[in-house]
Amino acid sequence: MNQYFKYILLCFTLLFVVSYTQAANNHKEDERPFDANTFIFGHIADAYDFHITSVGHKHISVPLLVIVKGKENGWCVFPSYRITHGDTYKGYYIQKEGSYKGKIVETLSNGEIHRPFDLSITKNVFSILLSIFILIALFVPAANAYKKNPLGVPTKKNHLLEIVILSIQNDVVKPSVGKDYAKYSPYLLTVFFFILITNLMGLIPFFPFGANVTGNIAVTMVLAIFTYLITNIFGSREYWKEIFWPDVPVMLKFPLPLMPLIELISTFTKPFALLVRLFANIFAGHMIILVLMALIFIFGSINPGIGYGVSIISIGFSIFMFMLELLVAFIQAYVFTTLSAIFIGLSRVEPHHHPKKEIN
Amino acid sequence: MDLFLPESGLVIWMTIAFGIVFFILSKFGFPIILKSINEREKYIIKSLDAANEAQQKLLEIEDKGKEIIANAEQQQLLIVKESQELKKKLVEEAKMQAQKEADNIIANARIQIEKEKETALSDIRNEVLQVSLSIAEKVLEKELENKKAHTQYVEKLLDNMSMSQS
Repeated sequence: MNQYFKYILLCFTLLFVVSYTQAANNHKEDERPFDANTFIFGHIADAYDFHITSVGHKHISVPLLVIVKGKENGWCVFPSYRITHGDTYKGYYIQKEGSYKGKIVETLSNGEIHRPFDLSITKNVFSILLSIFILIALFVPAANAYKKNPLGVPTKKNHLLEIVILSIQNDVVKPSVGKDYAKYSPYLLTVFFFILITNLMGLIPFFPFGANVTGNIAVTMVLAIFTYLITNIFGSREYWKEIFWPDVPVMLKFPLPLMPLIELISTFTKPFALLVRLFANIFAGHMIILVLMALIFIFGSINPGIGYGVSIISIGFSIFMFMLELLVAFIQAYVFTTLSAIFIGLSRVEPHHHPKKEIN
Repeated sequence: MDLFLPESGLVIWMTIAFGIVFFILSKFGFPIILKSINEREKYIIKSLDAANEAQQKLLEIEDKGKEIIANAEQQQLLIVKESQELKKKLVEEAKMQAQKEADNIIANARIQIEKEKETALSDIRNEVLQVSLSIAEKVLEKELENKKAHTQYVEKLLDNMSMSQS
């Protein structure tokens, strides 16, 4: 085990040293200083194409589909390679500086820069589609196998899925939601596996993976909105009563509805906490790994020798971070599911009888 | 910074994609898997119960078998004892029967012998009478007178003889 680990470490180090040398050579040709900001945010942010690598001046990337509806040009669908190299296609181009940096814009006839309605299959959308494809390919055949032979011995793959499903169902959904938990377990399981698979996909740094999907605030926002809707649509009467007429002294809720206001705001803060937690964790994980990588190039641009020295330390740290991120990928999926289950459970409170105060 | 502003296109795509995956998995995925896991759990519990019951029954049957064997052994002992007694009895009875038969045979033989003896005796008496009569006749042929007195006398003698003999 230890031996293998040493070999792997050596291979990684060599690989990165070689790639660094390549990059350093490129920089000499470019005569352009290394821009850590572009490097990091170029990887973290969404993009119109799937960048694989650059050899010299050539960018090797997989083009994706651009779908935009501009004010003047109307609906337009075209592959992204038409605009990713700084070209303009049918009036659309990617803005390099300014308020819409990195996004598709169009220049209207009056000279105003307008951001069109953008439904492009970006890197993140592509990754989301890929991860839902994986989810469906994973669970629908498994479900069919179970349907065909409900009492049979499951295959190894299905057995593994079964263990995870059951542990989520029994340790998270059942205790948190309480009664009628079975109604909510499909949603919570979907959320769990979606986040887990997307997180893990984000950690693989090669095409078609490596997109920072769950570290994008739009994605976590949609997930939080789903939880918010489910929490409030299926909330019990007691839940709403506790929001608008909580069990506090009357002066706190009438004439000025102080407590109801706080309670109402708390229904929004709960999903907001979900949103920010997932986003920040995954975002930060990607960020740290990229910063460690960028360090090599920053030091390398000062002096190649320092670059080589730093690369070993950086690789060591980033291996540690990758290990940690593997854990975080699972933990964040688990936490999101647990908190969603707890919020759902809280919205299904039953009227409770106040126990009489004990006389000491 | 645009990192903290959700992109509307991505929000729409994410909503659609997640909606689809949620719909598909909650229709054709998780409930089926969970249901079948539940079913299997029940089936396993039922099977375990059945196995336990079967074992219990087996134990009961074993006990019963042992009881039956013990009973049979006792019965066997009893039967052996009885048969031995019966044997004894039969032998005794047979002995008695044989004794009786033997006694009977002996008694019959005695009667037969007595009868034979009597007939033999009477035969001998007749023979003797005949012989003596013929002798007497021959004697008396010579002494024709007083034949009657002689005969009477002879008979008287014979009578005496037979009386003394019997």
